[in-house]
Amino acid sequence: MRNLHTTVPEITHRTSIDALERVAALTTATAVVAYGLSRRNLPGVCLAAAATPLAYRGLSGEWPRVRNGNSTRTGIRTALAGNRGIHVRESVRLEKPIDEVYRFWRNLENLPQFMNYLDAVIDLGKGRSRWIAKGPAGTHVKWDAEIINEVENQVIGWQSLPGGDITTAGSVNFDTVRNGRSTQLSVHFQYAPPAGRAGSIIAKAFGREPSQTVREDLRRLKQLLEAGEFPHAKPRGWEL
Amino acid sequence: MRAVCYHGKEDVRVETVPDPKILNPRDAIVKITATAICGSDLHIYDGYIPTMQKGDVLGHEFMGEVVEVGRDNNKLRVGDRVVVPFTIACGNCFFCKEQLWSLCDNSNPNAWMLEKITGFSGSALFGYSHMYGGYPGGQAEYARVPFSDVGPLRVPSSLSDEQVLFLSDILPTGYMAADNCQIKPGDTVAIWGCGPVGQFAIQSAFLLGAERVIAIDRFPERLAMAEGHSRAEVLNYSDVDVAEALRTMTGGQGPDACIDAVGMEAHGTTLDAWYDLAKTSMYMATDRTHALRQAIGCCRKGGTVSIPGVYGGLLDKFPLGAAFAKGLTLKMGQTHMHKYMPGLLDRIERGEIDPSFIITHRVTLDDAPNMYRVFRDKRDACIKVVMKPDGRA
Repeated sequence: MRNLHTTVPEITHRTSIDALERVAALTTATAVVAYGLSRRNLPGVCLAAAATPLAYRGLSGEWPRVRNGNSTRTGIRTALAGNRGIHVRESVRLEKPIDEVYRFWRNLENLPQFMNYLDAVIDLGKGRSRWIAKGPAGTHVKWDAEIINEVENQVIGWQSLPGGDITTAGSVNFDTVRNGRSTQLSVHFQYAPPAGRAGSIIAKAFGREPSQTVREDLRRLKQLLEAGEFPHAKPRGWEL
Repeated sequence: MRAVCYHGKEDVRVETVPDPKILNPRDAIVKITATAICGSDLHIYDGYIPTMQKGDVLGHEFMGEVVEVGRDNNKLRVGDRVVVPFTIACGNCFFCKEQLWSLCDNSNPNAWMLEKITGFSGSALFGYSHMYGGYPGGQAEYARVPFSDVGPLRVPSSLSDEQVLFLSDILPTGYMAADNCQIKPGDTVAIWGCGPVGQFAIQSAFLLGAERVIAIDRFPERLAMAEGHSRAEVLNYSDVDVAEALRTMTGGQGPDACIDAVGMEAHGTTLDAWYDLAKTSMYMATDRTHALRQAIGCCRKGGTVSIPGVYGGLLDKFPLGAAFAKGLTLKMGQTHMHKYMPGLLDRIERGEIDPSFIITHRVTLDDAPNMYRVFRDKRDACIKVVMKPDGRA
């Protein structure tokens, strides 16, 4: 089993794989990059670029992270550097195969099903997506995000793009636990609370304890994937 | 429909409320043919259960006929006659798969409330406060049953409602209490409380191989039932020193297992019992734990104390030192209903248990307010109240 806290490099600071795997990763990455570039066309370049995280892992022993200095997006780095921004870490265990959990999350348009403060996530293609959160009286908070790190059944990392109402970055990790029986999903993200109207909407959505909001999100995800439905004692709208 | 609703401490009313509807794909609606008042409903009646709200429909022991099923329910059919377990479980989470059904992760929409109090939330319960989910209960004409493809147990027409109704809670609860004692042939089991759960614990202890069962209470009719119907030896704690009597009866060794079928509103005649009463009366403590203290004190070294009685808060003067010194095993918790119901139905069909013997009062829903009081005050030799919502009590 892999270490469950690989999302948190500033705590763990470890090299997570042994020398043999690093050599294998580096060799594979080099081969893929060479092949991709030799194609001399766009798919080839994309293929080469896609192998970069693997090369990074081969060199450093870790998957590249949003906050480990590799990001070229200095705006995000500034907004979320050090103690700035709000950090949220939560995790949940599910009695579902890791690929099923990963596939469900990777289809980002599924997320509003269990994140109540989202109206919609629209997949814009090429790893980009548009996030629309609920505001009062039919108003919305919007931002675009891009996936900057993706390894199937292991990790999805993202960051917001300039011009949105919020600056955010984070990752979700997928691990098998309990001898492969269960899946543990760990979310780590940061956001810089925006000023003005958007700020008050975000503050309302996340309340005083953003961790509690995310914990409820993950609980609903678990209910949806395990039980197939959300428990309701009363019809929606009856609650105060 | 008509339903028994909570309105405050010692205030329950029969009211007309909206009929339940299918809300989720795995739901069913059950037309209730028989429903009972549970001893644990009296904890609500006495105001000990937080997060009850005015108008909440009470009751968690019920059975009836399926009249509607949700689109994802591929097990039940309209017309099925079912007993409904009082715990609500999804069937798919880690705890359900481990047969720890009453600890289901996915049935309580208000899990965060219990998490604030207990760290983690168990399953939701019917009619038992909002921290346990806020699901309307079964002292009504109809009930909505969530996850009805894993909970309700079909019962054969050869058995009467009164024979199978208690599969909904107290029979499995008494049985699990005895099962938790890990009884070996020849064991002696002492049981505090001869209410319905105590009665079924006595019978279950014998079924599981106990040689002797000693039952403790103070109400003559309950002791008579324990002795006459369930073949236990009995002790009236108003008359005898229970600890001394148990020591003598077991040759100085103590019972191999002790069951606390009383819970948080224990009565007693010893100093600590009056201390509990004074403190809870002044809201300085949540639970009166005299029975549990005595069970721990009396249990033999290396024995098991099994706790089906309900506790809700922080215990005062809890003799953990005695439990540690004697190397006791403590087992407790809400009943894992779904694990025990099918096997107990088989035992009823084979005639090994006929749970209907505990019923002392047969009434209609409209009698509920009065019967809560009679049952709580143990007047009229009341042991178990069964209500027939169709009015044919």
